[in-house]
Amino acid sequence: MPAFPTAARAALGDTQLRRNLAHATHTIRDKRAKVVAEVEDWEDLRLAGAGVKEAALRDLATHLETLEASLVRAGATVHWARDAEEACAIVARVAHDHGADEVVKVKSMATAEIGLNEALEAEGIAAWETDLAELIVQLGEDLPSHILVPAIHRNRAEVREIFLRRMAAVGRPAPADLTDEPAVLAGAAREHLREKFLRAKVGVSGANFAVADTGTLVVVESEGNGRMCLTLPDVLVSVVGIEKVVATWSDLDPMLRLLPRSSTGERMNPYTSTWSGVTPGDGPQEVHVVLLDNGRTRALADDVGRQALRCIRCSACLNVCPVYERVGGHAYGSVYPGPIGAILNPLLRGVSDEQTASLPYASSLCGACFEVCPVRIDIPSVLVDQRAAVVDSHRGDRVPKAEAVAMRAAAWAFSDARRLAWAEKASGLGGRVLRRFGRTSLPGGRAAAGRLPGPGAAWTGARDLPAPPEESFRAWWDRTDGGRHEGEGPE
Amino acid sequence: MSARDDILRRVRSALDGVSPVTDLPPAPRAPDRGDLVALFAERVEDYRAVVTRCAPDDLAGVVAEALGTARAVVPPGLGLDVAGSVVDDGLSAADLDALDAVVTRAAVGIAETGTIVLDHRPDQGRRAITLVPDLHVCVVDASQVVADVPDALALLDPSRPLTWISGPSATSDIELDRVEGVHGPRTLHVVLVG
Repeated sequence: MPAFPTAARAALGDTQLRRNLAHATHTIRDKRAKVVAEVEDWEDLRLAGAGVKEAALRDLATHLETLEASLVRAGATVHWARDAEEACAIVARVAHDHGADEVVKVKSMATAEIGLNEALEAEGIAAWETDLAELIVQLGEDLPSHILVPAIHRNRAEVREIFLRRMAAVGRPAPADLTDEPAVLAGAAREHLREKFLRAKVGVSGANFAVADTGTLVVVESEGNGRMCLTLPDVLVSVVGIEKVVATWSDLDPMLRLLPRSSTGERMNPYTSTWSGVTPGDGPQEVHVVLLDNGRTRALADDVGRQALRCIRCSACLNVCPVYERVGGHAYGSVYPGPIGAILNPLLRGVSDEQTASLPYASSLCGACFEVCPVRIDIPSVLVDQRAAVVDSHRGDRVPKAEAVAMRAAAWAFSDARRLAWAEKASGLGGRVLRRFGRTSLPGGRAAAGRLPGPGAAWTGARDLPAPPEESFRAWWDRTDGGRHEGEGPE
Repeated sequence: MSARDDILRRVRSALDGVSPVTDLPPAPRAPDRGDLVALFAERVEDYRAVVTRCAPDDLAGVVAEALGTARAVVPPGLGLDVAGSVVDDGLSAADLDALDAVVTRAAVGIAETGTIVLDHRPDQGRRAITLVPDLHVCVVDASQVVADVPDALALLDPSRPLTWISGPSATSDIELDRVEGVHGPRTLHVVLVG
């Protein structure tokens, strides 16, 4: 994946995408605001939710051992996976053990993160996504662009076209008279997937929460595809990030009140399933749980970034983010897009590659994401801290980055009054040139540089540089004696 | 080193010197909303589910009317005669797919959120029977209705599988247009007794 500024530029040129995104994010944003306003003590509920997750994280080893013991007691088999490769291998082995050449999947961020579908395909096992949006993404051979609504970038006409073109190749074809009504499209998905549900031997899920003291896993969903995957197959494998743990059954209380209102803007989502191991005569009689690290312990060790592991994947931060709204999820190059993705990816993977290192800068730092986060993750603070981590990672570079050179020059200029005065004069001159020749103008008519030549190109490639004022504040003060003698204008 | 021991070692080392959270802020309670049963009925209806209130003596008639000509499966411990119904004795998913409806009771109703919770005891049956047929008629006793999520959690047994249901199955995945009925029952009919 290209770094964020490159990917963003392509997305910004796609007007259909921007229209789809603006419609979707504003619709969810309004719904969320309405149901959150219903809760008088929303702020206290947020504090309680943040507390439950933070407490669980700070004593994570204890809770993981408790969870493992409770799950085993309830009849589940517990596996541990250090990384994506280990986790995928465990799931593939379970499927092979049962001679299964296909699995049905309920949408799960953890399995998307580890690239499970591709890994299973390489093993000759087809993984069918059963969430409607995930199905659209999978059939369209596309990537998800939103945590909650992965096909948010597709409109109904595109969905109809994908169904007609691709369904027949992988199972029951779409009816020939398919219209682009959402209800008709959902009906086609129902028919297409039902045959897969009814014959599936192995189901794969994630979990929204894992309760340590009772060994209970929780899956929150809307369509019933989750219930199908969790209930009908003989064997169930759940891939659970180690940060999903809460300590006790009663800790589910703030979480189950915060999640649906923040996520889909509902008082409660249509279906929540909870189960603990195996229930004789009901549901899968063989249950596996894979506890996944894949960078989570790296994030856990970060004193500022640790809070990102509280995330309950509600996606409220995406829907309010001015950057996400304009560029969409693909530009982030990860299954975790938006503000939470901009901190989660560098925390999980480190900032060693250019793509991940670009993400902490993909933000205006406006703070809207923190305002809506149900578990109070201070995303702006983590973004700033991760920017520092990116800069630190380049301290030993033999050839300094242009930004570092610019910062050094700025430090040199700002540390001496005469140098600063000289720099201000030069910038005023630059402003005059831009006003004459600037190709871009900002809202309000102010001239701007489109793209600077030389080292400035890296900065202005994805930003407009407003023309500097012709006169500096200090020059104005000298000329007018602090505004007491307003003259005719700058010399 | 096993993956288990390695991960636990990494967790401990990541948290070395990090102090635990000792004082958890309590989750606030929703204010008293008066008539819980009426609120429950109103909130369930908000999900475009059908709600019928009736006296205990009228239950059989109301259920029969809700079913119409639909062929229903019932759990073995329903405690109510449903004419023409099949009692579940471990029917296959394909058998269930050939039936139109299911009638069950519930464990708890949550007024604030309009949710019914099934704990799949014999009067509610296995999870599959309330999932595959297209119409779910769910009988909830007024005495089972509680105010909010924490009250429900306190009553429910976490060692049992639980299904929390708020309205019929729904999706908003295409242009955020809400569509009822994807993979679960397309119609939820709650019969509120008493």
